[in-house]
Amino acid sequence: MDEDLVLEIPTDVHSIAGAVDYVMSRCVAGQMHARKLNLNFRVGLTEALSNAMMYGNGHDPSKNVVVEVVMSQGCLQATVRDQGTGFDPSSIPDPTLPENVSRSCGRGLFLMRELLDEVCYNERGNEVTLVLRLESGGGFEGSAQA
Amino acid sequence: MSFQVSKVNDVTLIEVEGQLIVGNRQELKQGVLDKLEGGDLKFVIDFANTGYIDSSGLGVLVSLSKKIREQGGELRLSSLNEDLRTLFELTKLDTLFRIADDKDQALEGF
Repeated sequence: MDEDLVLEIPTDVHSIAGAVDYVMSRCVAGQMHARKLNLNFRVGLTEALSNAMMYGNGHDPSKNVVVEVVMSQGCLQATVRDQGTGFDPSSIPDPTLPENVSRSCGRGLFLMRELLDEVCYNERGNEVTLVLRLESGGGFEGSAQA
Repeated sequence: MSFQVSKVNDVTLIEVEGQLIVGNRQELKQGVLDKLEGGDLKFVIDFANTGYIDSSGLGVLVSLSKKIREQGGELRLSSLNEDLRTLFELTKLDTLFRIADDKDQALEGF
């Protein structure tokens, strides 16, 4: 990506794949980082947009989601902001615990935390910032900090 | 995303083409539920032509597996690519599903 990218997307879950594809098309990285982009970043951004539209904006098509993407010094950062009242990310239970693994929801935030190097929410809980570091080599690397 | 449904002996084989994500998960869910209501009990969903499944898609598979088991049936998955395997392993859903390398292996002995 040669410049910062800002998108404002109306709430419609059918638009998520296209928006993510567009962001991915603007990201430039060497072959060694291809999997980190195509798996880690794609999944993280998709889940952040899904959460923003479904839970943040409550599927309200009159509300928008703003995405800001910055790539600098081997670091890819995406901020996703919705117009909802926010939520407490610590309230989401671990979906991999035996009592939760057969639940049909609750894996989005977990995947973001596993696949990105940093996942931070603002105080209100309606804006999440995802950071993926690319300088440390290719291949899959998990274990995010939230 | 689109999917093709066929019958191999008494097993319903669903071959998914494209991403299984929040915007289209209900189509697959309804397609499988229609077959379940029609009396089918053995299902294989094949992802040989699927690049990506998001958490909503994973949730639909969990939900379908539960409903099929409640009727005494079973849902098996097949042909997950390396990225999809990673997602199933991270979420521990590989412990919930029988996952075959390909559809033939999934159908074997079902």
